Amino acid sequence: MVVTAERTPLYEEHVRLGAQMTTFSGWVMPLQYSSIRDEHRAVREAVGLFDLSHMGELRVTDETLAQRVVSRDLGKLHTGRAQYAVICNDDGGIVDDVLVYAMADGSHLLVVNAGNQDSDFDRIRSRSSSTSGQVPGTSSSSPSGGGQGGGVGVFNVGRDWALLGVQGPRAVALVQRLADQDVAALRYYAFIEGKVAGVAGIISRTGYTGEDGLEIFCANLDAPRLWRTLLEEGGSDGIRPAGLGARDTLRLEAGLRLYGNDIDAATNPLEAGLDWTLSLDKDFIGRDAILRAREHGLTRVLVGLRMLDRSIPRHGYPVVNDRERVGVVTSGNVSFTLGYNIAMAYVPPALADPGTRLGVDVRATPAPAEVVALPFYKRPRPN
Amino acid sequence: MPDLSGMRFSQSHEWVKTEGDSATVGITEYAQSQLGDVIYLELPNVGQTLDVGARLGVIESVKAASDLYSPVAGQVSEVNQELKDHPEYVNEDPYGKGWIIKLGRVKDNSALLDQKAYDAFVQGQSSS
Repeated sequence: MVVTAERTPLYEEHVRLGAQMTTFSGWVMPLQYSSIRDEHRAVREAVGLFDLSHMGELRVTDETLAQRVVSRDLGKLHTGRAQYAVICNDDGGIVDDVLVYAMADGSHLLVVNAGNQDSDFDRIRSRSSSTSGQVPGTSSSSPSGGGQGGGVGVFNVGRDWALLGVQGPRAVALVQRLADQDVAALRYYAFIEGKVAGVAGIISRTGYTGEDGLEIFCANLDAPRLWRTLLEEGGSDGIRPAGLGARDTLRLEAGLRLYGNDIDAATNPLEAGLDWTLSLDKDFIGRDAILRAREHGLTRVLVGLRMLDRSIPRHGYPVVNDRERVGVVTSGNVSFTLGYNIAMAYVPPALADPGTRLGVDVRATPAPAEVVALPFYKRPRPN
Repeated sequence: MPDLSGMRFSQSHEWVKTEGDSATVGITEYAQSQLGDVIYLELPNVGQTLDVGARLGVIESVKAASDLYSPVAGQVSEVNQELKDHPEYVNEDPYGKGWIIKLGRVKDNSALLDQKAYDAFVQGQSSS
């Protein structure tokens, strides 16, 4: 069998822009167009445009099912709002981190990691208890349509939809000039249905960069037109297309966990510092195991590290305390914005206080590091 | 495009320019484009002796850490101190101010490629 990486509807655009392509979670994606540094800077100072169409979208029409799967109480999530949550297995391990959108029709849209979209779908479908009463959606491929890829109460619509990220201090004003809705009035983690550049979609004030901005869901067919119009209209704002390389350095500065690097099925949400995503007073898959873990006490927690020399910490490098191995780096890189190198790492709780001096073994030599609070970077508050 | 006619190249994408028994070493345009943004270099001490193909240091880009290999044998006479504060010179000007080390007491390495042969080698790599 030949496994071919999937392409997003914007593949041709990336090639035309001369992007260096890479395979990520089974998708051919742009790694960088010009340089990661320049794209990173554009997002912090102006605006960057991301193709996020590899991300998965699952529409869950059965609220009981959604509540059972997702870690947060969706009963408290108002229509038109989104929230970050995790999906766990029975052992309390994180099988995915997701954004949950409360849609106008009462369903919940889960935006999931590209590499997990099919396993998440299977997992949710397998947990579905009802076998009747669910009418499969229409085959509409628009985000506001019912979706296809049916199951009982859950539909896999990820391959019908494109997702564009417009991120940076000038992002909202740029989209506003092209939108038929008041997107500037959207609160953080709120969304609205509307048109951008004549393209119908869902406009959401969310992102994975630590910067203000919007994410726009639209039908695959419309994605190239929306992409080109945003690049053209954003020219005066200094817009740059930005690839997965900048996305990774941006999210690291913002202290955002990357599934597969910082969190996985062997990690529970308490260790990962994601307590705030847990509604432990409701029943959800993994809750009992998480409660037990809390009772037993944690053996490790995720911390931020600031490197005190110029060494670059990377995923998998050991964290040491007086030469003794005490933990491991899960993400690390240069921080272009801060001008020093940073990492996220798991260490024992006793070594997790900000100010604690530790080492990171870089090519068998311990490089000095200090525990710092997450996130590393917080954007200046808008006035 | 700088004049590369006096340079020779290794299959691990270093260039070397020899003058008498001294030489300057860097990485090629192809190598820097593959690495992407260079953010850190770990370089040898002056005086260190290197054999052909010996690891001379590490170059780190945002994407990954990669080993650097010496295309000729010799003794390190100088390292490019500018790269400490400006590792991006390797991207911006790999054959000029992005040079990495200088060597003395150089012994020639006849296995190195001339520009034409190196270009053909890179062509073969990127189309495979």
